[in-house]
Amino acid sequence: MKESKRAVSSILVDDDDDDDDDDDDDVEKVSWSGEPVGTFSEASTRVYAPELRKPKSECKDYFSDWSPEETVKRMRKGKVYSLERFRSLQDKLLLLDEAVSAHDGNVITAVLIYLKKSLSKEIFFQELMVREIALRHYVHYLKEMEEQKTLVELMKLPFSQDDAIHVQDHYTLLERQIIIEATDKKGEAEIFKKFPRKASILNMPIITTLYYSCFYHYGESEGTFSSPANIRSTFRISEKQYILTALGARAKLKSWFDVDSLFNTKNWLGYTKKRSPIGFHRVVDILQKNNAPVQVLKDYVSLIDDAELKLSLAQKYKCHDIVIEMYRDLKDRQQLIVYQGKVERGSHEDRKIDQLLGNMQIRWKN
Amino acid sequence: MAQTDRRDAPGLPDFSLLKRLARDQLIYLLEQLPGKKDLFIDADLMSPLDRIANVTTLKQHEVDKLYKVELKPVVSVSDQLCFLIRPRIQTVKWIADVVKSDKAVGRFRRYKIIFTPQKFYACETVLEEQGVYGDVTSDEWEFYLLPLDDDIISLELPEFFRDNFLEGDQRWVTTAGSALRLLHFLFGPFSKVYGIGRCAKMVYESWREQVEDGEKKAQNPDIGNVFLIDRDVDFVTPLCSQVVYEGLVDDIFRIKCGSVEFGPDVTSTDKSLKVMLNSQDKVHVGETQRKKEIWWEKQRKKKRCGMDIKQMKAFVAEELKGLKQEHRLLSLHIGACESIMKKKTKQDFQELLKTEHSLLEGFEIRECITYIEEHINRQVSMIESLRLLCLLSLTENGESYGIEHLLSFANLRQIGLLVEQQPGETLTVMESKVGKLVNDKTAGKLTDAFSSLAKKSNFRALSKRLMLIPKTGEEYDLRVPRDMAYIFSGAYIPLSCKLIEQVLERDGWTGFEEVTRMLNGHEFAVTGPEDSKYPQRIILVMFLGGCTFSEISALRFLGRERGCKFIVLTTAITNSSRLLESLLDNQG
Repeated sequence: MKESKRAVSSILVDDDDDDDDDDDDDVEKVSWSGEPVGTFSEASTRVYAPELRKPKSECKDYFSDWSPEETVKRMRKGKVYSLERFRSLQDKLLLLDEAVSAHDGNVITAVLIYLKKSLSKEIFFQELMVREIALRHYVHYLKEMEEQKTLVELMKLPFSQDDAIHVQDHYTLLERQIIIEATDKKGEAEIFKKFPRKASILNMPIITTLYYSCFYHYGESEGTFSSPANIRSTFRISEKQYILTALGARAKLKSWFDVDSLFNTKNWLGYTKKRSPIGFHRVVDILQKNNAPVQVLKDYVSLIDDAELKLSLAQKYKCHDIVIEMYRDLKDRQQLIVYQGKVERGSHEDRKIDQLLGNMQIRWKN
Repeated sequence: MAQTDRRDAPGLPDFSLLKRLARDQLIYLLEQLPGKKDLFIDADLMSPLDRIANVTTLKQHEVDKLYKVELKPVVSVSDQLCFLIRPRIQTVKWIADVVKSDKAVGRFRRYKIIFTPQKFYACETVLEEQGVYGDVTSDEWEFYLLPLDDDIISLELPEFFRDNFLEGDQRWVTTAGSALRLLHFLFGPFSKVYGIGRCAKMVYESWREQVEDGEKKAQNPDIGNVFLIDRDVDFVTPLCSQVVYEGLVDDIFRIKCGSVEFGPDVTSTDKSLKVMLNSQDKVHVGETQRKKEIWWEKQRKKKRCGMDIKQMKAFVAEELKGLKQEHRLLSLHIGACESIMKKKTKQDFQELLKTEHSLLEGFEIRECITYIEEHINRQVSMIESLRLLCLLSLTENGESYGIEHLLSFANLRQIGLLVEQQPGETLTVMESKVGKLVNDKTAGKLTDAFSSLAKKSNFRALSKRLMLIPKTGEEYDLRVPRDMAYIFSGAYIPLSCKLIEQVLERDGWTGFEEVTRMLNGHEFAVTGPEDSKYPQRIILVMFLGGCTFSEISALRFLGRERGCKFIVLTTAITNSSRLLESLLDNQG
């Protein structure tokens, strides 16, 4: 019995398990041509299977009675089934939809494998695009089978507006990176000699690319592909994200002037003032990590809104003038005295504190 | 570990039957290939198999040599090769290669593949496509359930989470349904079924169908009610640092199938030792466990950095001296505690917990963000940083100011790789790790994963509605824990467990519409007969996608409070590391 089972295994999927309640044990296994296979003798065939003498087209094969619903049911239970009878596109799609509604990933994938073999790629992909669950199963299957090529083709298709933009972005970025890479690889400019690149820009994420651009191509006009301004507008990078990234890059290069310009805006009167979409305490933090000198740090510490935070950071980074001024504003004599102990004797700060302490007009609170 | 019970609490069914059934079926399958054979075992199956049939048993059934499945050519000289594997295409491809290379050199052998818990059609297709379908026999070993403790059963399918929730692949739905069917057959019939989550619904329907087709049997049921819950209904809980003992041990040492391997630094010898962490481990019966937890809590609360190992040793020796006979195990656990404390002190556990609790509460978020930034910059542990980012994202409902910028911080660290820091400086191990972590695809995937997680998350609103954060008025006395928050030092009641508690109390979801809306629906409740023969106080809770030791502890507590018993059925034991690793392994 096992040998005969194997003989038809290429056509039917067999189930070797013993199903106690399997009523198919009595089903005669037939080969594709309709000839009986197995241990039945010729005589018994004629007696027990009269339908085999009928013309092939009228042959009521047991399998052809199985609807998509029936087939999926059988597949879920590991029983014998056949998918080959689903030949029209309509039948195939009914089968797929039935599998999906049964929630059984094993069956869904099996049906997809069959469809992949019996449909052209275009039609198959077309149908997948409007069936999200089936699509996910197919993607997972391709990943496991390591069929990257097919995956890439699938991924190129526009599934939704969002996806289309996403994919478009990805390719645009890659294009840009290729152009930038081609020039920068030669490393002719001064900056490349001072700060040699460790890796190529290809396939790096957007923000990394922006950072790279802020590092190596700062100040270039928006017209060039490699300029930060161009990358910012092409990929619709938010102001916050841009400033954060540019800050990191310019601070690393110790270009304090550039850092300064990042925060300049003109108010309605035409006066320049400083503002930042990220808190100035964070700016200070980044600058400090890049070893910015106190002169630079203090400018930004002084811009911190939150008084407590400002005071603590000023103390941390030894921005004496700011600390002194704040204690003066708080009219906190005691603290000022304490702080005097922390500054260098005879220094400018020391004298400043002396001056303040001696000022009769200040109404100290303690 | 199960603890002392109220005297009126119901008894649990005996799940060791499951092991015997699995064992018997495996032996039967091995005997289908008579004669000496070499057995190749999937790495993931080695620990579970060890709990079912050890090497001696296998050898008694003509298994000659045992090998771990590794994707390289086999060195076995046996004429019969048997493969015990999970139904993975990659593994089947390797087996096909083994068969083909044998064929190529004219070597004839018998090959048998035992898929467990079941075989997938895609695997058969691979065999067919590779032209070896006729050369191998295949079987299914229906090993669905592994008891890890008196009240914990695992499907040992860690891939369930990734396949189902990240890949959207429903291949394991029927498997979960079959696991339920088996329990239903042996210990049912179940009376009521409650559930929440898309997968839970599918599993319920699959189970229902399987039961309808199967045998009907009237029996004295041992399990009354069932609760099915998807992991993605509550992502926050598994991301929190665990402070219950098993949770800690799992986080640090990785518990496998209920036992843990302690290395030489713990055993104080030059050998490693495997220890079972369950009720059979006498050290953890009753008061001992509680005392240890309380002590641990006291230590954690101490404001100063660093914990006093001497004090702990003294405490443990003093308070637990009644268990002198258990001394060997005791010293092992002390060693484990020491190791945990060393590691945790290095990471400044207290600060970390404080930040987590603030995130859960929604308090001082700016400070939390600063802490996370610092954490990333210090590069102590990228997985930890990632975990905090996820927690921030989920509790703040994905406020982008948090996530994108922090991710870009991680990016910025990586960018250090692009530019020479100082001449002659080489990449540190950490930097390469970071680089690997936040490469092109991963960064994109992470942002996507965060935003999709966050989109679905209504944590803040849920937390308020369900009162998951106990009021920080009075000091929370862990000696007399008053609610499930004690498993997180009084800071947070796990959302998943709270839901279970509430639904059981209400006998359904009526009146809870607001909550189910915030959880994105898919709730269901199927009431059954109110017959007294159904043990209403034994409740099976099935976690689809994994369950943490913290949640198990919380349910045990709830059980003690309510005079009922919870049996936790989970697709796998999980924790934050495993969850995040699934997220990261999920390469586009």
